[in-house]
Amino acid sequence: MLYQRTLKTTACALAILGTFALGGTALAQDAVNLRMTIWSANEAHLKLFNEIASGFKKDHPNVSVTYESLPFETYTTALTTQIAGGNAPDMAWIFETSAYDFVKSGALYPLTDTLKAAEGYNLDEVSAGATERWTEDGKLYAYPFSTSPFAVFVNNDLIKAAGAKTPAEMIAAGDWTWDNAIATAAAVAKSGKGGLVVRDFNYQAWQYLTSVWNGWGASPWSADGKTCTMADKPMADALAFIHDAVFTKKAIPGPGETVDFFAGNAAMTITQISRASLLPKEKPFSWDLVPLPKGSAGEYALIGQAGIGVMQSGKNAETAADFVAYMTNPENSAKLSQFFPSARKSLLNADILKKTNPLLTQEQIEKVVISGIATGKVMPGHTGFAQIQQMVRSNLDAVWRPEADVPATLQKICGQIGPLLKR
Amino acid sequence: MAVAQENAHPEGRSSSPFWTIARRDSLAGFLFIAPQLIGIVVFVLIPLGLVFWYSLHEWNVLANTFTYTGAQNYRMLMEDESLLEVLGATAIFSAGLVIFNLSLALLLAVLLNQRLAGIAIFRTLFFSPVVVSLVAWTIVWGFLLQKNGGINGMLLTFGIEGPNWLREETTAMISVIVVQVFKNVGLNMILFLAALQGVPKELYEAARIDGAPAFKQFRRITLPLISPTILLTSIITIVGSLQVFAQIAVLTQGGPGLSTTVLVYYLYQQAFQFHFFGYGSTLSILLFAIVAILTFAQWQMRKRIVFYES
Repeated sequence: MLYQRTLKTTACALAILGTFALGGTALAQDAVNLRMTIWSANEAHLKLFNEIASGFKKDHPNVSVTYESLPFETYTTALTTQIAGGNAPDMAWIFETSAYDFVKSGALYPLTDTLKAAEGYNLDEVSAGATERWTEDGKLYAYPFSTSPFAVFVNNDLIKAAGAKTPAEMIAAGDWTWDNAIATAAAVAKSGKGGLVVRDFNYQAWQYLTSVWNGWGASPWSADGKTCTMADKPMADALAFIHDAVFTKKAIPGPGETVDFFAGNAAMTITQISRASLLPKEKPFSWDLVPLPKGSAGEYALIGQAGIGVMQSGKNAETAADFVAYMTNPENSAKLSQFFPSARKSLLNADILKKTNPLLTQEQIEKVVISGIATGKVMPGHTGFAQIQQMVRSNLDAVWRPEADVPATLQKICGQIGPLLKR
Repeated sequence: MAVAQENAHPEGRSSSPFWTIARRDSLAGFLFIAPQLIGIVVFVLIPLGLVFWYSLHEWNVLANTFTYTGAQNYRMLMEDESLLEVLGATAIFSAGLVIFNLSLALLLAVLLNQRLAGIAIFRTLFFSPVVVSLVAWTIVWGFLLQKNGGINGMLLTFGIEGPNWLREETTAMISVIVVQVFKNVGLNMILFLAALQGVPKELYEAARIDGAPAFKQFRRITLPLISPTILLTSIITIVGSLQVFAQIAVLTQGGPGLSTTVLVYYLYQQAFQFHFFGYGSTLSILLFAIVAILTFAQWQMRKRIVFYES
């Protein structure tokens, strides 16, 4: 009798446990954890991303999204190391410079169908210029969520103290040119502070000099990417100008000198407008944001891009694509545009941008952001960019010394990268 | 033994038991070394085999392709124009590091091998960089070596305008070597100190009675008696110098030009930055071969340079 009761109790307990176990298995199977690698560790950015992830969870309760911040300088290396180690993220931010590597390799999941099918998405309003680099054979492989123009941040206090003309005055007089910008920077440098800083360049990431040499119409390689144009006249002139500004006029801090504009130590800096968040809240200085100066080739603008791609190798590529569609829909794009200007036409108007960029004035938004995105060229990129970048960098070191032979160095660079460009 | 076994097995089984004392001892021995052995197999031997396997392939991480290419990566190694420059930089770095490190370590050890009050403080002081995080140490030196950094600032107070340390080829290499030597010299210093304290005092006494001057005592007594330690430290330092990475990555990124691109940094660039994992693996095989040959050669040379072996 006792034996039978024990048997029944055990069977019941097993049945109940079994049901829970099966239910548990079903839940575990449905639960999807998506991971996105990003290069920002900014708290405000992460707060917004987490809000978007929570919003997605409302309609997809089984999907959780986590963001993994990797260091900016070594981002692509860290990402490819994860991929090589069989630990690829589900989604990843991608720099415009390495876009070709990712898009052409087949590493990314095509997004066009998912984005077009998403309700109210309206992919057509994203400008074709913005998606060009992320598209292959008519399919979009990463969504350009950030289209951020480069501009000049100005410290008017330092410039006035040095008795030089401010960029605003030069713009009003119609002579906001590179020559005059460097003259102002040199005047401030003479007073003991830094002149003009090309942020993130550090005499290594030479691609950031695009914000200067585009003013001469220079480009490291031809539009089809096959021919080296580093040794052509526009590039030689532009680099000679930069070399003179660094070593003769001392208007640009030299190699090995660290000067931080946002700490109030330089007259001007060229960077993307998203860096406005670095402006000091304590001990603020009178600052301004102006378009890039005119070069010998006239007015120009430059934009930096960042894309979000879904890794083809991920187990949940479809769900990840759905999340990208949600993250970059018109509503969330509007929220993101306070940090990452959107390429959606409906969001490119002064009223909306003013709301999302409270630090900028109406004039700054119109002249720098809207016009920059509308007319700007994207930073250069190429298949195998890291190798080309390193080859150019190691040779350009010869330019960053006072007695440099700029044209000969550029010839040498073309000799070396020429075969890589043709690959 | 046979009697003992019969006593142990009254039933009279003829076969001896499997777990003899000798077998038990060997099992215990193997179990004791197992953690280390498993570690070596999993973290050294298997990866070494895999690296060799990868070196025979072209592995495109992004495209997820892994194609057998035979000796192609090795042919590429022979034709790589940058490699000679890289090997040259590696040789200069290693030679500079070993010479500077060992002589400074020996000098410090001799100076600190005195019975003076407070000498322990100095010993701790010189050893302390060894326990500091390598990257933190290098980053601080990176700031000090900037053109407008601490070192040039100090030189300026004496009216000397310092060079742009990390931006000129010669000074960049010197800087990287010095930063690395200051970081690790304490370790060799402690080894030398231990060796110096093992030299019998009577020998010096005898030498003094014979009228040998201090330098001669050092040359004829100290050096021969600490020669096994010199061999050990030089092997450790040379092998360590060939594996330097963090200092280069933080201070110079291999520049200016390729002047501080040592072999490990070059293979990191090829594999992790340019995504040529197959070629990167080939370069690691080259590095392995160089380390193996140098270690073997030094070991062979011990008969000539080591005065005695314990």
